[in-house]
Amino acid sequence: MQISRSIHMRRAVFSVAASLLGVVFALPLVWFIFAPFNARAELGLAIPEPFTLSNFVTVFQNSFAMHALLNSLIQAFGGVILVGGAATLAAYALSRSPIPSKGAVTYVLLLFSSVVSGSAAMVPIFLIVSAIGLIDTHLAVILVFAGGLLPTAMFILRDFIDAIPRSYEESAMVAGASPIQAFFDVALPVIRPGIVVVVVWAFVNIWGSFLIPFILLRKDSLMPASVAIYSFYSEAGTPIVTLLAAYSLIYSLPVIVLYLFVNWKFGFRFFGGIKS
Amino acid sequence: MKKFSLLSTRAGAVFLAPAAALVGVFVIIPFFWVIVVSFTNRTLLGSTALDPDFVGLQNYFTLFNPTTFFTRGQFGFSLILTIQFVLFSALIGQALLGLILAWLSQSVSPTLKNFLQTAVIAAWILPEVVIGFAWFAFLDYDNGTLNMIMRGLGLPPGDWLLQQPFWVIVVFNTWRGAAFSMMLFNSAFQSIPPSYFQAADVAGASSWQKLRDIALPLIRGHVVTDLILITMWTFNVFTPFLLTSGGPSYRTELLSIYTYRVAFKDFEFGKGAAVGVVIMLINLAFALVYLQIAKKKKVEAE
Amino acid sequence: MASVEFQNVSKTFGSVTAVPDISFSIADGEFVCLLGPSGCGKTTSLRMIAGLETPSAGKVLIDGRDVTYLHPKDRQISMVFQDYALYPHMNLADNIAYPLKVRGEAEDKRHARAKEVADVLKIGDLMKRLPSQISGGQQQRTSLARALVYPSRVYLFDEPLSNLDAKLRLEARGFLNHLQRDMGMTAVYVTHDQAEAMALATRIAVMDKGRIVQFAPPIEIYRRPATTFVANFVGNPPMNLVPVEAMVDGGQLRLRADGLTLPGLPVSDAIAKAAGKGRMTLGVRPEHLRMAEAGHANTIAGKLFANENMGPESLVTMERADAGRVTARIFTDDEIRAGDHVTFAFDTRHVTLFDDSGARIPAIGE
Repeated sequence: MQISRSIHMRRAVFSVAASLLGVVFALPLVWFIFAPFNARAELGLAIPEPFTLSNFVTVFQNSFAMHALLNSLIQAFGGVILVGGAATLAAYALSRSPIPSKGAVTYVLLLFSSVVSGSAAMVPIFLIVSAIGLIDTHLAVILVFAGGLLPTAMFILRDFIDAIPRSYEESAMVAGASPIQAFFDVALPVIRPGIVVVVVWAFVNIWGSFLIPFILLRKDSLMPASVAIYSFYSEAGTPIVTLLAAYSLIYSLPVIVLYLFVNWKFGFRFFGGIKS
Repeated sequence: MKKFSLLSTRAGAVFLAPAAALVGVFVIIPFFWVIVVSFTNRTLLGSTALDPDFVGLQNYFTLFNPTTFFTRGQFGFSLILTIQFVLFSALIGQALLGLILAWLSQSVSPTLKNFLQTAVIAAWILPEVVIGFAWFAFLDYDNGTLNMIMRGLGLPPGDWLLQQPFWVIVVFNTWRGAAFSMMLFNSAFQSIPPSYFQAADVAGASSWQKLRDIALPLIRGHVVTDLILITMWTFNVFTPFLLTSGGPSYRTELLSIYTYRVAFKDFEFGKGAAVGVVIMLINLAFALVYLQIAKKKKVEAE
Repeated sequence: MASVEFQNVSKTFGSVTAVPDISFSIADGEFVCLLGPSGCGKTTSLRMIAGLETPSAGKVLIDGRDVTYLHPKDRQISMVFQDYALYPHMNLADNIAYPLKVRGEAEDKRHARAKEVADVLKIGDLMKRLPSQISGGQQQRTSLARALVYPSRVYLFDEPLSNLDAKLRLEARGFLNHLQRDMGMTAVYVTHDQAEAMALATRIAVMDKGRIVQFAPPIEIYRRPATTFVANFVGNPPMNLVPVEAMVDGGQLRLRADGLTLPGLPVSDAIAKAAGKGRMTLGVRPEHLRMAEAGHANTIAGKLFANENMGPESLVTMERADAGRVTARIFTDDEIRAGDHVTFAFDTRHVTLFDDSGARIPAIGE
């Protein structure tokens, strides 16, 4: 009896603490739940009366904002295709091909990718992209993202492919398939869940990224939504909160949806080590 | 003599080529080029843009110049600021908070746990610009939610971004990144067999004792890994820029933001490159330590 | 069907030599089992026939043609893997028909052929299912179906039954035996289970540490094992091996060991030579031992160690004075109590002699 009472006490204390922390964490975002639906939204927290979708209508009519979303989509899609394709091929080679000193290459690659961060490499990335003549293009952003995300993507996929029994491809080859046939018929379909994870992770990273497009792009017409939102609220003068709130929510939707999707399909654990 | 393999070495090289090219151009080459540029006086405009001179270690002397080292707005100040930022926001903030959150999650009802974890994770996965904007609104002097609460509690409101900028970004970054540590510790706690805790319960241990004597020693490896990872990430983080742009008066100018200003506002690429090299060296130190530990863990597991 | 030949094949993996030097010949239509403990090189050898490993030296020939460096896909062989290697994203029909797809056959034709083979193997009504939706035994038969669906010159099996429970294993074994008689396939079958090898093979290659110790039909391996290693590997329970002191005395072979009562045995040149070393090994199979009755000439005695009543027979193990154990298969209902003194009797015709190096000494008249 005594034991269970102290357990109840502890549970109560913990529950209070957890609730408090939960509320504290949710606080900065609470405004964000209401503001997009408030036709007279300001920076303050207010319950909208009435709940309205008019802000969203205004956003849809703002061609610059919509174009920025399209830019985000172009950059994210381009990056994801490049990362997904290149990482899958490279990971397959790392797993199945007898390349000399694979272990050392892996080690070095991991080292480089964590050392050469966006902050450290701002200058050379800008200079290299200028030298190639790609400053102020979608392609530049896509390529830079691909380069930065590839090492991690390759390792995730390589571990994944290592876990696939070699007997799959071996049996296919004994049955008459060439290595390429075996790759497409037997290996790739089994690797697909891993590719999905990598693609989702890459998409979320590129979609939400600010610094790279900020540095590499000049023209307004190429700016993705991240830079657009920043310029809206950081410029001198008061931002149009109604528009911005709704716009931010639209901008956040893909990330929320993808997160729920991955959570539903794979459970939590996967994202533990991947986001960076 | 052709030796059989699932993918021939030649085909393997072809498969690796696209990734190798991309990583080579946008990760490997920048590593070397930033070092090269740091030894020049390259700028964006003017004569030194097209024809920069080799100036040896001059940029580094400028950065580490003792007379200006601690001046606000200079490299030394930014470096020290960033170190303090990492200390408070990552080591004390995120890691500790993540630990507490994970520990609480083990002992509360599933509904409450879901609510808590959803809130924490929302802070982490939403795009950084949206988070920046949300905090911008949260901290607004006239209408922001925080001041609303302060006034509601009878406390004086504050112009937070102007008065306490450093602590604002510390709290901001802790809030933003705690989710990772929470999830890491969560899975670490869940890998401990429940019977360990049940045995402690029977012996009458308090929650604090269970944490201190059972959980923490068992997850020590995870703690170290977590600390190194979030330290590295926090050291390089750029997100606070979205809230303060490094101001006011350089009070929140982390190294990443300082690099940005030097390279893209003052257009001094040579100097910016030098800062980049310093950041990379520090990253290298962290990365090597992390890889050593990861290798040791792998050997132990085998 | 085709013949298979290894000429001085060796295989090293880095610093590990899996197969130092191996040569053998398998004729068209033979069902050969590679039998041995793990690490003996049997799987490596099988994979070299398949082309999944390339020999470090030597030649592999199929039907007289040098295929040493030929890609597996061009060797016209079939293989059943230990883990079945069923593709999880394909249903059974597609799995079984895959080799035909690779050969460019039309979908309806190859599915029809797949169904044909599946029906023979009694999995014909599972064609739409995924591998994860069928039992282990059915997976095994699917794997076999895929191997049978197209014409092959040699059929390779890598411990295909080791993941099945005992009853399924017996069923599958019976089926494979039937298949072999029916098709006359040239097969190379790797296993560590001697009962499987005895049941299925026309010839068994007993392997140890990368070498073939004996390559002969099952009955030969059973009756005339080439070494103590082979004698100990085949038979369940394996042959009893008793170390004895040997000498030739008065034209007869005299063997001495604790608990052993044996009159003199006839001597041949080979026996005399081996006896000159002073030590030999006496081998007698458990099925050739009886409970001794009074007056039996050849006996071996000791204290009862274990008595396992298996139903139709009992496995009686006794421990001799020097701690060596001898097991007999006794068809008797006699009560044998613990601690009892036990004496087994045997016929000298069923005794096998090995010299001090473990090699069998040929019996007189061989």
